[in-house]
Amino acid sequence: MTSTTDTRAEAEQPQERRSRSRLRRVLDVVGVQNLSLLIALGILVAIIGSKNSNFFFVSNMKTIGTTVSVVGVLAVVQTLVMLIGGLDISVGSAAGLTSVVSAMVFTSSHSAGVGILVALGVGVLTGLFNGVVIIYGRVNAVIATLATYAGYRGLANLVSNGRAQGYTGTDSTFVFIARGAIAGIPTLIWMLVVVALLAHLLLRYTDIGRNVYAMGGNATASRLAGINLNRYVIGCYVTAGVVAAIAGIMLTARTGSGQPTSGSQGLELQSITAAALGGVSLQGGKGSIPGTILAVLLLGVLQNGLTILNVNSFWQDIAQGFLLVIAVVIQQRRRGVRAIGLP
Amino acid sequence: MRLVMDAVSKAFAGVRALRDVSVQARAGEVLALVGENGAGKSTLLKILSGAYLPDTGTISIDGEPVHLDSPNDAHRAGVRVIYQEPEIIPHVSVAENVYVGGLPRKGRLFDRRALRDKLRADLERFGFGSALDPDALGSRLSPAQRQLVEILRALITQVRIIAFDEPTSSLSDVEVRTLFRLIRRLRSDGVSVLYVSHRLPEIFEIADRVTVLRDGGVVGTRDIGSVSEDEVVAMMVGRDLTGMFVRQPHDPGDVVLSVQDLSSADVTDISFDVRAGEVVGIAGLVGAGRSELAHALVGDTTARSGEVRVDGARVRIRSPRDAMRAGIGFAPEERKAQALLMHRSVRDNISLAVLSRISKAHIVNRREERQIADRFVEQLNVRTPSTEQVVANLSGGNQQKVVLARWLARRPRVLILDEPTRGVDVGAKAEIYHVINDLAGEGVAIVVISSELPEILALADRVLVMQAGRITGELSRREATEERILALAMTEPAVAGAGATP
Repeated sequence: MTSTTDTRAEAEQPQERRSRSRLRRVLDVVGVQNLSLLIALGILVAIIGSKNSNFFFVSNMKTIGTTVSVVGVLAVVQTLVMLIGGLDISVGSAAGLTSVVSAMVFTSSHSAGVGILVALGVGVLTGLFNGVVIIYGRVNAVIATLATYAGYRGLANLVSNGRAQGYTGTDSTFVFIARGAIAGIPTLIWMLVVVALLAHLLLRYTDIGRNVYAMGGNATASRLAGINLNRYVIGCYVTAGVVAAIAGIMLTARTGSGQPTSGSQGLELQSITAAALGGVSLQGGKGSIPGTILAVLLLGVLQNGLTILNVNSFWQDIAQGFLLVIAVVIQQRRRGVRAIGLP
Repeated sequence: MRLVMDAVSKAFAGVRALRDVSVQARAGEVLALVGENGAGKSTLLKILSGAYLPDTGTISIDGEPVHLDSPNDAHRAGVRVIYQEPEIIPHVSVAENVYVGGLPRKGRLFDRRALRDKLRADLERFGFGSALDPDALGSRLSPAQRQLVEILRALITQVRIIAFDEPTSSLSDVEVRTLFRLIRRLRSDGVSVLYVSHRLPEIFEIADRVTVLRDGGVVGTRDIGSVSEDEVVAMMVGRDLTGMFVRQPHDPGDVVLSVQDLSSADVTDISFDVRAGEVVGIAGLVGAGRSELAHALVGDTTARSGEVRVDGARVRIRSPRDAMRAGIGFAPEERKAQALLMHRSVRDNISLAVLSRISKAHIVNRREERQIADRFVEQLNVRTPSTEQVVANLSGGNQQKVVLARWLARRPRVLILDEPTRGVDVGAKAEIYHVINDLAGEGVAIVVISSELPEILALADRVLVMQAGRITGELSRREATEERILALAMTEPAVAGAGATP
């Protein structure tokens, strides 16, 4: 009996597939979530553009691009961490710490290369520490990185005495990162593109990426299928640390000095908001780099729009917090979690 | 009659769990409920506790029809079900645990002194003043004390019916004695006690009558004095075997998997061999330690001692990864929770255990991956529109085939299947049996853990029976019958030793 119904279902399948409209196929490729982000982005651009046509200037586009580049790289790596079911609240603090370190090492060594390398090394250590605390201390990722969020910030202030350090504005490497361009596109944007592309390729085409999705989707199943979960957790947090260091170096270049807190404060919230808005599930296992990048752009345009429309910057913070809640509410509804009270 | 359940039926998604079950319990008696795994005991208790509503049938207590719509309804009607692991609030005292929801108050303030006095009085009244300290924290209680707290919760209300679900499975001998004293006391107080257990000797010790369930129906009720253990076992078995697959036994080859004295937190001194092309069934009742054995074997839980050999070579297994490398595949019991990536495609799920094999410099060969998925979807007859379909959209049977496909793709030397056909329809079941048969034909050593005795009998060349974390007997295909397996699974190991080869 079962087999007859099944064969009938199979016979109907091709017909159904043929009748699928082209729109449907486009939707399958882009994804519903990404499409809604694109629509939201379009609406936002239309509204801001109609209020102030300066928005469309190439210079403003570049401004948006360079502004989102720092948040962007962090959102990309936040996506990676969230896909395995984790969270890294310490990325902003780690970026501040590495910013200071890169400038101070540059000042004493007179070499941008050494400064950058040491900063990347410190980034590895911050990520490694997070991973070790989470794995071997059995500490919840939120708590562990909330602790290091405070810790790394404190460390940054300690080594810098809470002041901006060094002056990198005359060094050609830092100047190139901050204001240089390749093929007319600012270096900072290129850095975001490279980081995002690498992460995207990693997630999509390698067994590592597939295991990342598997882990976030079902950790038990992944362990029983022979995936070394610990190694992946540590790996993801170390990657987060390295990318935080890249963000820190970008900050140093942009401001011309090592900044312990200014510029990096709030990056953790922005990166988490972008990832969640981009469709990365807080439970892990779901989400993609293109989604996150679209969300980063959306947030960047929103921020830029509010600024050129002269909206009080405190409102921007409120809008940001609000967006994170909205993003997660949408996620929960899509998972079918109903709006009943907790048990 | 204190409790009359009349013609109660319950189905879940079309599967009959209970049909026309009638149970009667008198005031002041202990009525035992026994049956194989899946016979319907738990469903019956859940109906009694108000967790499920019966589809048809009536329940009456002391002649009055009752409608048990929620656990609260059941409590109000004087019905309490004591589960194996009662809900205990860890960081508050025993007294607060007992009176939770109805703490004594002085005005708006919580009256700690009154609470303690009240509980002291209760403990005296029920005769276990020394067994429980009212001020002890919930987290410090032993399993027996936890049950005591749950029983006290029942006793401080006007309880008329108490049901125990496998109460002794986590208790020591001394604690069992205490519990039995308490049950006898309840009986003499005129409470009607329902006692669900796998352990026949206990039932013969404590119960007045026994009702046997099988396949969701009542086989019969007997006075304990007029029936023997063998007769009860005989009533439990005898499920319908028509249409069941029967495997063609192969000539087994060399020993592939050899386990010596494996012990973990849950299993003790497990030794057995599995030969190439052989299917070894592991039978036992729920809680006998069968799945725990599998998890210890593949390194998912830590083995305390013991030795595992694959193809004669000793292997050190400290994680499922090690087991996989040694050539052992394991399809766990809980398909959704432990095996499948529900929101990912059939292809993703099938390739999970072979990704590293089909990757070069970490780049997955997508063509090869698709070919593997296509091949096994066809071979196992997985009914899915495409390999890109999300697994959550498949039926249970097809999901299980996807899990099998994952391990088939890996080509293991040893394959451990824990409840390979749970929640699978009859058609898919037969297909899965054929797959297992074919695998054995190819020389894979297979271990099948199953709670369904007909399944074990149909598939296994040899049956190992477990009870309380130990292997209590081994039966060849010729020797194995439902009666003999149940006898080894239920009676005390010392008694069962006669028919067992250690």
